[in-house]
Amino acid sequence: MIEFLSALDQIMSVAHLTYLIAGVLVGLVVGIIPGLGGIAGMSLLLPFLYGMEPSVGLGMLMGLVAVIPTGDTFTSVLMGIPGSSSSQATVMDGFPLAKKGQAARALSAAFLSSMIGGVVGAIVLSVFILVARPVVLAFSSAELFMLTLLGLSVVAALSGANVYKGLAACGFGLLVGAIGGAPATGEFRFTLDIDYLYDGIPLVVVGLGIFALPEIISLLVKNSAIASSPNKLGHGLKQGFKDVFANLPLVGKSSIFGSLIGAIPGLGGSVVDWMTYSFAINSSKDSSQFGKGDIRGVIAPESANNACASGSMIPTILFGVPGSGAAAVFLGGMLLLGIQPGVSMITTHLDLTYTIIWSLALANILGAIFCICFTRPISLLTYIKFSVLTPIILTLILFAAYQATRSLGDFILLGVVATLGIMMKGANWPRPAFLIGFVLSSGAENYFFQSIQFYGYSWFLRPGVIAIAALIIVGFVLPPILKKRKQKSVLKEEPSPQEVQKDNIVKTVSWTDWGIIAIMSVYATYALANIWDTSMLTKAFPMIAIAIVLFSVVMILSKYIKEKHTRIPSDLSMHLVYIAGFFVIAYGYYLFGFISTTFVFSLLFLKLLAKVSYLKSTIIAIGLVIFLVTIGRVMNVDFPEGFFDPYLLNAIKTFI
Amino acid sequence: MKKLSKLLGVSVLTFGCLLALPTKAQDTELPSTINWTIPFGVGGGTDVWARFVAPHLTKSLPGNPTVVIKNQPGGGSITGTNLFFQRAKSNGEDILGTSASTLYPFMLGDKRVRYNFDKWIPLMASPTGGVVYVQPDLGVSSANDIAKLNGVTLPFGSQSPTGLELPVFLAFEMLGLDIKPVFGMKSRGAGRLAFERGEAKIDFQTSSAYLSSVVDLVDNKKAIPLFSLGILNNKGEIVRDPAFADLPTFEEVYFKKFGKQPSGMEYTAYKKFLAAGFAFQKVIFIPADTPSDIILTYQNSVKQMLQDPAFIKDSEIQVGPYENVVGIDAAQYLSDAITVSPELYTWISDWLKTKFDYKL
Repeated sequence: MIEFLSALDQIMSVAHLTYLIAGVLVGLVVGIIPGLGGIAGMSLLLPFLYGMEPSVGLGMLMGLVAVIPTGDTFTSVLMGIPGSSSSQATVMDGFPLAKKGQAARALSAAFLSSMIGGVVGAIVLSVFILVARPVVLAFSSAELFMLTLLGLSVVAALSGANVYKGLAACGFGLLVGAIGGAPATGEFRFTLDIDYLYDGIPLVVVGLGIFALPEIISLLVKNSAIASSPNKLGHGLKQGFKDVFANLPLVGKSSIFGSLIGAIPGLGGSVVDWMTYSFAINSSKDSSQFGKGDIRGVIAPESANNACASGSMIPTILFGVPGSGAAAVFLGGMLLLGIQPGVSMITTHLDLTYTIIWSLALANILGAIFCICFTRPISLLTYIKFSVLTPIILTLILFAAYQATRSLGDFILLGVVATLGIMMKGANWPRPAFLIGFVLSSGAENYFFQSIQFYGYSWFLRPGVIAIAALIIVGFVLPPILKKRKQKSVLKEEPSPQEVQKDNIVKTVSWTDWGIIAIMSVYATYALANIWDTSMLTKAFPMIAIAIVLFSVVMILSKYIKEKHTRIPSDLSMHLVYIAGFFVIAYGYYLFGFISTTFVFSLLFLKLLAKVSYLKSTIIAIGLVIFLVTIGRVMNVDFPEGFFDPYLLNAIKTFI
Repeated sequence: MKKLSKLLGVSVLTFGCLLALPTKAQDTELPSTINWTIPFGVGGGTDVWARFVAPHLTKSLPGNPTVVIKNQPGGGSITGTNLFFQRAKSNGEDILGTSASTLYPFMLGDKRVRYNFDKWIPLMASPTGGVVYVQPDLGVSSANDIAKLNGVTLPFGSQSPTGLELPVFLAFEMLGLDIKPVFGMKSRGAGRLAFERGEAKIDFQTSSAYLSSVVDLVDNKKAIPLFSLGILNNKGEIVRDPAFADLPTFEEVYFKKFGKQPSGMEYTAYKKFLAAGFAFQKVIFIPADTPSDIILTYQNSVKQMLQDPAFIKDSEIQVGPYENVVGIDAAQYLSDAITVSPELYTWISDWLKTKFDYKL
């Protein structure tokens, strides 16, 4: 108790507050810029960190780590770009809300829920950390495997009307996630002998490709502003706050769930947003608006991801095993400050631990307040004609993708995934299902084999395993089924016109559907041939994924044959032209140099396609260059140099 | 052919170092910013090591240039090292930090490796040691009871057959322990967590991780240390690790159990990978075609840094009580350590195949 209060005293000192705020500001900036995250922020703060008073240094780091999931909401809501892996679910409803002209509402609700989530997380942390050690240790590989299943079961709720499409997408995600080294043997799978694929596919690129690029291209095809309807009164900041207070139980549940998932090392924060998102769907009476702009779809994941960042401090502090990417950065910082994680953090260094927790709570509050202040002006961006924003957004996306591995492969992969994303979007295949399968693939495989090797086949009798299995059935598998049944019975009584219409939408088929089915089947066949000769441990898991994909494809096809489907034209030709254009431009960015191409491309695009005046085009293009050069300098970020960038940078250097 | 080129490369490396020496000792001007490529992610072991060394390096180098750490993770350090091999400028602006997982794939002929050590000169090598420990419920209280482990299956959380655990697997086999490797651990830390959960019966950590995380377990009777891997002394012999002076080395335990010194191909492989992975755990490299006066400046500055009391104090905390190897010694030992003879290569590749069903 004394430590608890003395830590409060400590963080209220001027030095501590100053550094904490510095950390928060840096965290917000790297959070807002997609593709950057704790790592970029860390490289900015590290020069100050070395030799710093540990508690002050920890406060600064904590400020940085805590607010990244707050800041990344901006691009998720406004542009449909998931700023980091923890805000992918926010895109699902945040971006549709922005399209409806309710960006300010979505943002303010997101920030307030982030704040509450972070503070709840800090409270959970401060109590739980004292008793967490045995609890965390109780989660063995078997329980961790069950948790990945829990994550996968979310697909049931996200698949909507067509379960088999969801299942196929999820299986395909599992299979794509299995690219690279097999965890149990180290053998490489599905690499096509391309170096880039040996490491597996980076999540950031998949997230950008499956969500961000398809959205942008379809907006370009329409060529309107993001917000298609004007801002209505009562849909601004205040409405967002009201929404949060109206949904406090959801905020509370999501926060607690988020911090507990964060506390378990090995699962990571990248699914917690989807879990709470589908939880929000299941627990709401009318879930028809999810995916089209339901505010609860923003509140739930945003409460959870900040809470998760708090929770992930438990394994970091107690075991020195980071629960997330940002926590890994924090761990590195702790070691540099000369603080060793471990039991001593709750015995001899309890004061430091409480300093961390207080800083965490304070950083969450400050971060949310800063963001709310900027919400109104920034959300006006959504009213600008979209083609004006295109070069900026495209540069941001390419920038974010390139941070994944810093090779041309990032751009190519981005285009490939985006093609799949466009097709899935066009034919109404659930993209989140693919993403969840992808994210959980390696964890599911790894923990499955580990539990068999550690426990033989008796692992599924462990009490923890049974408890989680029950949770999966009660929490995620039953609700969608029950709901469907209820809907059906309602339907029998009086078929409302809306329902009839919904039924019709389901039973359509287009060339795009056939295209997706073909891609999945071809890839599954290739995968099967590729692993046929490998050892059992290497091929068992991909075989399951292949079976899921092929089974679902067969079920979809049999449905096409059995039931009458209206054939609708696929209107993707324009989209595919844009994708081709994307490949050309992305290659240009690589070949000619990132910064020079940004300048030339935005100037030409704005002038010729967006029909903006010379003056405005030049200002935007120069602004982008200044932004990139500054980021490159301050945060040591690398860009593809290409032919011209070295000259350009030299010119800028001499000019300044 | 590949082996031959490796051998050739290694000799060039040693030779290059000799060439670098005779120039006059005078401080030449260095670039104002030095890019230190770390082919690992932020917050990992090598990254933390580099970030701790960087400010000291700045302090010791003439003109106090800014040392910027460039993380380029991927392929377990192969990606970043390949890029450095292709792109590094040889004007003193670019240096590289490596770890065991950079040396092992090279030694094992991984086809993704495009680098070669003949183009680089090591400036400094930081060694580490390692300790093997077991669960207390096995009824073992020290290495003296190792016979009690005969016939007991010991699950061991490991990253991959060709990772840092490679020599440890060899040691286990020579001692006749029945190890059941469970692969797919994300880090050695994840392996330790499996041990703390009681899933793994035996575990191994490098010195700094052992000191920070396992000593607590030992004090609370939750882990029993068996032996250390020892360290290489100046004559290339394995002696007790100064950080764990009361723990026997693997060799001592082997002698106690079998009454003879370990020998044969297996022991040769063990020593080879122990030297490369542990004696050269972390190395700073500079391109060999960097002007010799700049290399000399670096070498002198590193020597100066190693004598700085502030560095020594920090190094004790971050790395352990080990002496860093510099200059010509580093080049000589390193070239010995990474040269794998064709017979040894065949042996190790067969062993990986039969033991782990892993194809090189």
